[in-house]
Amino acid sequence: MQLFPCPFCGPRSETEFHFGGDAGNHRPEGFRDVTDGEWTAYLHERNNLRGAANEIWMHMTCGEVFRMERDTVHHGIARSFALTEGDGDDRLAH
Amino acid sequence: MTRHYSALSLFKEGLAGQKGWQQAWRSPQPKPRYDILIIGGGGHGLATAYYLAKVHNIRNVAVIEKGWLGGGNTGRNTTVVRSNYFFPESTALYEMALKLYEGLGRDLNYNIMLSQRGIITLAHSEAEMEMAARTVNAMQINGTDAELFGIEDVRRVLPLLDMSPDARYPVFGGVWQGRAGTARHDAVAWGYARAADRLGVDIIQSCEVEEFLIEGGRCRGVKTSRGEIRAERVGMVIAGHSSHLAAKAGFRLPITSYALQACVSEPIKPALDTVVLSPATGTYASQSDKGELVVGGGLDRVPSYGQRGNLPMLETVISGLLEMFPSFRQLRLMRQWAGIVDVTPDSSPILGESPLPGLFLNCGWGTGGFKAIPAGGTLLANLLATGKHHDVSRPFDLDRFARGRLIDEAAGSGIAH
Ligand SMILES: Cc1cc2nc3c(=O)[nH]c(=O)nc-3n(C[C@H](O)[C@H](O)[C@H](O)COP(=O)(O)OP(=O)(O)OC[C@H]3O[C@@H](n4cnc5c(N)ncnc54)[C@H](O)[C@@H]3O)c2cc1C
Ligand SMILES: [Zn+2]
Repeated sequence: MQLFPCPFCGPRSETEFHFGGDAGNHRPEGFRDVTDGEWTAYLHERNNLRGAANEIWMHMTCGEVFRMERDTVHHGIARSFALTEGDGDDRLAH
Repeated sequence: MTRHYSALSLFKEGLAGQKGWQQAWRSPQPKPRYDILIIGGGGHGLATAYYLAKVHNIRNVAVIEKGWLGGGNTGRNTTVVRSNYFFPESTALYEMALKLYEGLGRDLNYNIMLSQRGIITLAHSEAEMEMAARTVNAMQINGTDAELFGIEDVRRVLPLLDMSPDARYPVFGGVWQGRAGTARHDAVAWGYARAADRLGVDIIQSCEVEEFLIEGGRCRGVKTSRGEIRAERVGMVIAGHSSHLAAKAGFRLPITSYALQACVSEPIKPALDTVVLSPATGTYASQSDKGELVVGGGLDRVPSYGQRGNLPMLETVISGLLEMFPSFRQLRLMRQWAGIVDVTPDSSPILGESPLPGLFLNCGWGTGGFKAIPAGGTLLANLLATGKHHDVSRPFDLDRFARGRLIDEAAGSGIAH
């Protein structure tokens, strides 16, 4: 079993966390101007990176949502941030 | 030199000390150009090559595999075949596959050890029983075999199941599909490989596709670890790794990759002669011909390319199994493993042309594509040969995500995706 670092609670069991998708997948703005392609990309398309990934996670026990840099092959965790912290660059990998 | 498998050839080779058997498929050098190139030597890729050669008479075809044949999910799955899905589109697809499986041993001259021992999907509450009735109705209307089982029927097919009043998971009945069962997964890959090779298909192992050759906005071939190979059309059939190559072709897919685990117990005498699936506990099991219990369950909850799996899901699956079958508590686990599966938002596969013209997709089978191999191969071969959809593959095109016509089988198929 793996420990994930919640920026608020510290290291906790992976079973307490819920995957929330790619970091930087922002809801398209502009109502009618948003094309089918943009909606499809937002709703369904995923980076699904093999290796270093930048993801949103929820710690279900405290209810906080945060960002985590993780390797999807060896499962090593580089860093985790509160959404208000870090370098401000959410590294959109669209 | 013996290439045909029959009782007579077995007998003759027995007398000759088994020395005359020929290699089941060649190991050719890649040619610089093919009519059609298939990336991925799993069941779907090999079946595609076979049907291209057999049905469409296109034989200048290569299958490129980075590792060894069937070393991906095709050789890692729990071998269950069935067509008990909910939506008409899905039943058409999986029923096409099951019907082909029923004749496949003969078609390929290769024993795929199809064993139609039936599958029971258990209902553990009144509410689940109502859903079971709904599923049975849908399956019958869609034209596949289904029966609603009551408690006595379940007791008959699962004598070891804990059905006592204080059982942790009480049983109310379930959905029965009698034509479902298991098939030997390696044999499916090897049978298709041997038959495709005989029709002239080049099967190239230890050759990884690294990039695409894109000219004039079209896919013209691939760059591999063994050089460039050109082709008119390319099929990408690489299960959990599709997103990785899609990125190199310049597009993203509606896919998340997860590890899916399975395990086997030590072999025991016959104790379970059907496939049992319990959506509530997230566990399914069958007994292999060797006597091992083959046990599987849901996806790991962490997106991953780490092909080993993690402990929490294994614990859930095993505890579900032991609550239902207390007598299995004595068994020892022999092996555990995982494969990387490609999960789509509607738990249905993707079949169709990719956003890069000339590159076609067969992926997104997630936790359940073994049962679909003969259909996936037939349909991708049709797409590659004609450039057009078959009626059965049309609903599974990538465009369904833009059109909003999802085929949401996450609940319909009765398995935790
Ligand atoms: C534990 C487990 C249990 C399962 N149980 C069942 C079951 O009971 N019933 C069922 O129907 N399904 C089951 N499945 C799902 C099923 O195994 C898969 O959906 C199916 O095997 C997919 O077949 P495929 O040919 O598409 O992929 P694969 O068999 O994975 O083949 C893809 C091939 O592509 C190769 N490849 C990848 N990248 C490259 C590259 N860049 N260049 C060249 N080659 C490449 C890989 O090495 C691999 O051999 C299970 C899966 C797992 C992991
Ligand atoms: Zn927390």
